[in-house]
Formats: sequence, structure tokens, C-alpha cells
Amino acid sequence: MSVIALHPKQKQEASDTPATSLAPTSPSPVSTNAPLAFSLRGITKRFGDKTVLDGIDLDVPQGQFVAVIGKSGCGKSTLLRILAGLDSPTSGTLTVAGGRASERRSRIMFQEPRLLPWARIGRNVEIGLTGIAKGEVARDLSLQILKDVGLVDRAEEWPSVLSGGQKQRVALARALVAHPFILALDEPLGALDALTRIEMQQLLERIWQQQNFTAVLVTHDVAEAVALADRVVVIDEGRIALDLSIPLARPRRHGSPETARLEGQILDRLFGRG
Amino acid sequence: MVRTAPNTVARNLAGWLLPAALILAWEAASRAGLISESVMAPPSAVLAAFVRLLASGELVENIGISTLRALSGFVIGGSIGFAFGLANGLSRLSRDLTDTTLQMVRNIPHLALIPLVILWFGIDEEAKLFLVALGVFFPIYVNTLLGIQGVDPQLVEMGRIYGMSRRELFFRVILPGALPAIFVGLRYALGIMWLTLIVAETIAASSGLGYMAMQAREFLLIDVVILSILIYALLGKLADSFARLLERLTLQWHPAFQPA
Repeated sequence: MSVIALHPKQKQEASDTPATSLAPTSPSPVSTNAPLAFSLRGITKRFGDKTVLDGIDLDVPQGQFVAVIGKSGCGKSTLLRILAGLDSPTSGTLTVAGGRASERRSRIMFQEPRLLPWARIGRNVEIGLTGIAKGEVARDLSLQILKDVGLVDRAEEWPSVLSGGQKQRVALARALVAHPFILALDEPLGALDALTRIEMQQLLERIWQQQNFTAVLVTHDVAEAVALADRVVVIDEGRIALDLSIPLARPRRHGSPETARLEGQILDRLFGRG
Repeated sequence: MVRTAPNTVARNLAGWLLPAALILAWEAASRAGLISESVMAPPSAVLAAFVRLLASGELVENIGISTLRALSGFVIGGSIGFAFGLANGLSRLSRDLTDTTLQMVRNIPHLALIPLVILWFGIDEEAKLFLVALGVFFPIYVNTLLGIQGVDPQLVEMGRIYGMSRRELFFRVILPGALPAIFVGLRYALGIMWLTLIVAETIAASSGLGYMAMQAREFLLIDVVILSILIYALLGKLADSFARLLERLTLQWHPAFQPA
């Protein structure tokens, strides 16, 4: 595996030649031999005098599904924005694996679908291929991914006629159409009703298993984290307070005793009762 | 929101019921002697004046001259306003440099400049073009600027994340997002266009609809005066319908323009 050290200032522009080799030293709680997808070292972010992230170290192996949980304002969204290259850390390094640009590609999905209201569904998905594919190729790829999220028959409609859950499925299709290496999800299901949420969780799990990307899900829903993730990271006051592996078999059932126990453990830590 | 009706033709016709009823009532009142002919000519007389002026070619010529003036002024003022709106919406430097000045000029009623404009240009074409262009400039400028500033920053961020170039970002995100506001400006500007032109032609002109109306007043031809006023109404409506057609064609995605 070639590892490229990305400086905060030159995130995307890092050259394709393998630069600094960074051995995965810090022990991961999930015992795995998979190569790393990305690694954070001493990531600190300050806004004025407020320290939002305070020296985060995190190694995530390729293909892992990590959930990041924390109370509002704990810095979890900032962490995700740094990972997606939308923000630069004040100090620390983000190292993303993969040699070629396509292997380093990361996508982010937000709580709002952020679809262009003036572009039809298919065109919105094709935005995910900007600079990658055009015309017929882009059209075919976007129809394929729309089929995966169950909306292929809506490709020629306007976003305004879709429900909230369907819009998020289009946003998911747009994020995944270029087969990203890392998918960062910023509470993408936060605005959906309970039943649509469960449906979306199952869809997300299925597509993650098919495409094999590394997923980082920021959420405030402990049950969602335990249902989806291989590993749950709890952030409190800008630091990692708990790093827990979820060794449950998939597909997981909501409300089983094991999930309840793990959820309890995470909630205890969140509210300082651990 | 647009309500659904059985069909659009019936819906469009419905808007003409009230004007038609008013004209009939007016004719009836004139024939019954309720309205004196020196105050208000009956619709039949106005129609006769219409036929007369049409036959002499005077009407077509005056409408043509006025329309040409209106549209030329609109194109000049509108494109300058649009260019400033884009520049100031996209560039903070440009906005800091010019917006204060433009807002000050905007607060001068442009028709107040008529005496000055006559001094500068006399009653030639330039005077009318200048006034129309100035009147049209501000609604287009203000609404283009507002439209661009109102584009959802989350969508712009999305475009950047997906690697759109500045050009793509402008044509695929910013311009379509600003378009509904730009159309508001366009419709408003079309109204101002006619208003300004008519005032200018009434005060200082030797041709055009406004001039025709003023000449008719001199000779107490009340039917021609009323005919001119009705033609203004129709031309204004025509311009507005054209803007709405453009709106419908380009804003198909907007929930307000979709058949439910």
C-alpha cells in the first residue's frame, strides 16, 4: 500500500508519487489486517480560542464502517469536514491511503440532500461524475446507481416531487456513482422519520457491502450507530472518549439484547456514567 | 401557486371576462347618455378611431416607433444592469466599489431627470433611450444581485465538493438559482419601460404613441386619447405575457410552475 501524507494546505493536490511512508503504529481496537484507509494524527482544530478538536488519533482500515457519536458541538462534524477536505486542521496530519487520485476519492453526504432543484434526478446524480465521466457514460453510470437505490424510474423527474427519504437516496446515489474510496456521512438520516430511517439504514448497509468503501458516519443516534457500524467512536470535548468495536453479525436486528447492551455502554459513556 | 383548471385556454380566457364586461357596460352607459361624449368616447367610437388610424398607417407607424424605442432602451439598460448585478453578486470587490454609488443614484426618481435630459439631448431619440435605459437598469440590477446573493450556499458548497469549475458552478448552480429573482426584475423592468417611454414621449417627442395622444388632446380627439391609453394597456400586457412565457419555459423545475 502506498501512503501519502497530506498536509492540511495541500490536501487534494498531493502528488501521485508515494511520499512519506507512515506505518500503522497505534493499535486499533478492531483487530484487523486490512490496510489503512486513512489515519489521523494529533488532529486539532481551533476556532478563535475555542478548541473543537483536541489531538484526535484515529486509524481506520479499508472497508470499515465507523460511526462517530457525540453530543451537539463535540466536534464530530468538524472531524468529518476535515476528513472530506472541506476544512483544514489547525495542527495534525490526515493521511489517506491509495496511490491514484481515484483511489483517494472521498465523498461527503449531508443532512440535507442538497440536490439542484433545477436539474432532473438523473442529472443530479451525474454531478457525482463531474470531471470523471460525461455524456452517455455518465448517463449509464447514474442510471445504474439509481437502480441500486431503487429510483431508476424517477430519473427524468424534478427533485421537488420526491419525498425527503427519496431525495436522500438520490444524494446517496450522487455520492456513490463515482465509487468513492471513503464516504463521509454527516447525519444523513437525521431529518427523516423513524421508518424511513430504518429503510435507509438497510439500503446504506447493503450498498456499503456491495461497493466496499470505507464509511464514516457521524450521528447522534446511538441505535443507528450500533445497527450499522463495525466500530463506534465516541467524541467528548474534542477527544476520543470511547473506541468500541461492534462485533455483531449482519444483518442486525433492531432491539436485540446484544445491541441493547452495546447501546447502554455507549450511552453510559456519553453521559459520564461509565 | 398556480391552481389547476380544466385547461389552460379556459383559464387564459377567464382573465379577459372582466375587461370585456367593463367595455360592454361602458358602451351601454354611453348610448344611454349617462356618460357625456366630451368626457369619455364610447368604445364604438374608439374602435372607429382605431380603424381610421390603422387605415392611414399612422397607428402602426407610431406603435412601431414606440416599441423600437422601448426595446432599445430596455436592451441597453437591462444588459448594463444585468452585468452589474452579476459582477456585484459574484465579486465582493466590485460590490464594495460600485454598490453604494448605484444605490444613491437609484433613489433619484429617473423621471425627475427629464428637464436635464432635454437640456442634454433635446427631444431626440437619445433622450428617450437614456430615460428608458436608466429606468430599466435598477430593477434588473437589484434583482439580479439579490438573486445571486440568495443562492443557497449549501448548493454552492456541494458544487465545489464535486469539483465543479468556476464556470460550471456559475452555469449549473448560481445562474439557475438566481433566475426566479431575475425574472421578477425583468417583469418589473418591462412595466417601467412603458411607463418611462410614455411619459418621455408625452413631454418631449415628435412621434410615437405618447406624441399621438398629446396631439389628439390638442384637437380634442378624445377617442384617439382613449385609444392610445388602451394600446398602452395591451402593450404592457403583451410584454408581461412574454416574460411569463419565458419564465414558464426556464423555471419548469419550480414547484410553482408544475402542473399538479
